[in-house]
Amino acid sequence: MSTVGEKPKAQKEPAGPELAAAQYGAVESSAAWRLSDRIGLAFCWFLGLLFCAIAAAIVIYMLVKGIQYVRPELLTESPKTGFTQAETGGFLDPLIGTFIVAAIGIAIALPLGIAIAVWLSEFGRPFVLARIVESTVEMIAGTPSIVLALFGTVIFSSTALAFLSRESEGVVFGRSFFAAGAMLSLVALPLVVSATREGLQAIPAHVREASYAVGKTKIATTRRILLPAARPSVATGTMLGLGRIIGDTAIIVVLLGALQNFEPTGSPFPLDYLQGAGSTLTNYVYSNAPTGELNNPQKAYAAAFVLLVLVLFLNAAVDVVHRRSRKAGSWNS
Amino acid sequence: MEFLKPPPVRRLDLERAPEAQEAPRQPDQTPSAANGNGNGNGNGAAPAGFAGARKRRIGAPQVSIPRMDIDHLSVAYDGKLAVKEVELPVRQGEVLALIGPSGCGKTTLLRSLNRLTELTRSASLSGRVTLDGVDIQAMEPTALRRRVTMVFQQPNPFPMSVFDNLAYVLREQGSRRGSKKSLMDPVCEALERAGLFDEVKDDLSHPALRLSGGQQQRLCIARALVAKPEVLLLDEPCSALDPQSTEKIEELIVKLREDVAVVIVTHNLQQAYRVADYVGFMYLGDLVEYGGAKKVFGEPDQERTKDYISGEFG
Repeated sequence: MSTVGEKPKAQKEPAGPELAAAQYGAVESSAAWRLSDRIGLAFCWFLGLLFCAIAAAIVIYMLVKGIQYVRPELLTESPKTGFTQAETGGFLDPLIGTFIVAAIGIAIALPLGIAIAVWLSEFGRPFVLARIVESTVEMIAGTPSIVLALFGTVIFSSTALAFLSRESEGVVFGRSFFAAGAMLSLVALPLVVSATREGLQAIPAHVREASYAVGKTKIATTRRILLPAARPSVATGTMLGLGRIIGDTAIIVVLLGALQNFEPTGSPFPLDYLQGAGSTLTNYVYSNAPTGELNNPQKAYAAAFVLLVLVLFLNAAVDVVHRRSRKAGSWNS
Repeated sequence: MEFLKPPPVRRLDLERAPEAQEAPRQPDQTPSAANGNGNGNGNGAAPAGFAGARKRRIGAPQVSIPRMDIDHLSVAYDGKLAVKEVELPVRQGEVLALIGPSGCGKTTLLRSLNRLTELTRSASLSGRVTLDGVDIQAMEPTALRRRVTMVFQQPNPFPMSVFDNLAYVLREQGSRRGSKKSLMDPVCEALERAGLFDEVKDDLSHPALRLSGGQQQRLCIARALVAKPEVLLLDEPCSALDPQSTEKIEELIVKLREDVAVVIVTHNLQQAYRVADYVGFMYLGDLVEYGGAKKVFGEPDQERTKDYISGEFG
């Protein structure tokens, strides 16, 4: 900063084109910037580095802390009740539980989200209805998941939906993988919708018209041109949605029972587990945390480590998808 | 404090004056030509007064088959007229160029020929356009658009392989049916007609968006030709391309007019002069002048046409 400060004086008398060019140099100097702009830029740098540091601190701390407790057998053993941390088993059930809710949630959110996004972006008439749908999705995105969970208990405790969970003596339990997965799909839905919509809107209008101009219908254009072109965005939305689902705790606690093990019902095989209550990594960490009811900090750190790895993996996948789509080329708008 | 340096910005060197050079004046130019309205100084047969247009790529038309007829066509957006009572014939064997300043309605006119204007909600149409004697309003739009296809300003291949870009047009609406083998012949033929076949024949599964700009635009022309349309609409097809690609496409346009009626909208007067048999000059929605290219560029009847092609406004 001290060296560039002298330049403005030199600018006054350029002797000729060559000399002027030599004085300016090829790069703009910050001498021309106001002090407030320079402070602003420094502040941006500071904040950027701060956030990097915070993120790095979380990841590194959890990795270091977690990796010393992670043992392969933790991933293959079910949780057990015991008095010491050596006796309490692994977290196979919560791990599988995480995958189950993620699968159910995204299986609902993905088709629904794509359908909503396509309708909003490509059809969206009548306009009033489109606006209502749009704000509904935004509202769901802003709703705390504990509120969704509470609402879920109302729905899934109704006798009409008894087949989705356990029922005894006319009382519907209302907690199951079905119930949790269905409510978790609402957590992922807004992310799928907004990512897909962005992807569709990034396609220039003339590409759509090119398809109409060779005699294709709107629906054929959407199916064969627009959705394939928006695929990277859909994938991004899906992964972000998955990340939200596997990281959610409130819905798991309220709608899955937040147990340690699976609790299958008496139904035939896959149904018995899905109808029953269970656990995921998030509620496992929750109850095993030093402040939790079970207090197995080692297990909590190990499970948190696995959870973090899952999320980091999803983020990396988003990056890969983006890089690949950039390589595939796109249009000028 | 190195990081406080702002990002590099290229700075224009204001001290160095741009080295503008006066174009050498032609010695035989009359004073009136220098004033800008002297395009009539050519001797009729060769409109030498039209600056810059040195050669025409196009010879006299061999055939002339009426295809479309535009009859008192008006198009309005939200009640505001963009095209006013235009009458034009479109014939196979001839290239029709629409010229005029921006916003004069030439693209709207072009888009109403295959009913793409309908996609704009605010657009309303009156008048009649016929294709081979049939009112296009009575036709199914998708069927019409297969017979009157269009190429756009920006190259816009679909995000799929070169082959699939063309096969997509031939297949039933959304379906993927139609084996590669059965579609190979028409696809190759269309690529051949668009002059692209030799460049892509080794790898028809190459992603279309990875072709160069000029190749992409020729692919779009091939895509517009693959369904064997009667009329080909080109909306400033070269405006995003470099001179070499433009030259290739102009040659292509001249070649294509034998078996398809070509309508081209262009901002580039030289281009219109090079490739067109007939020229329509539009201004503020009116078709001001229509006639043979040599006539319109050589000795236009209307004062406004004269002013426009001499660069008085634009």
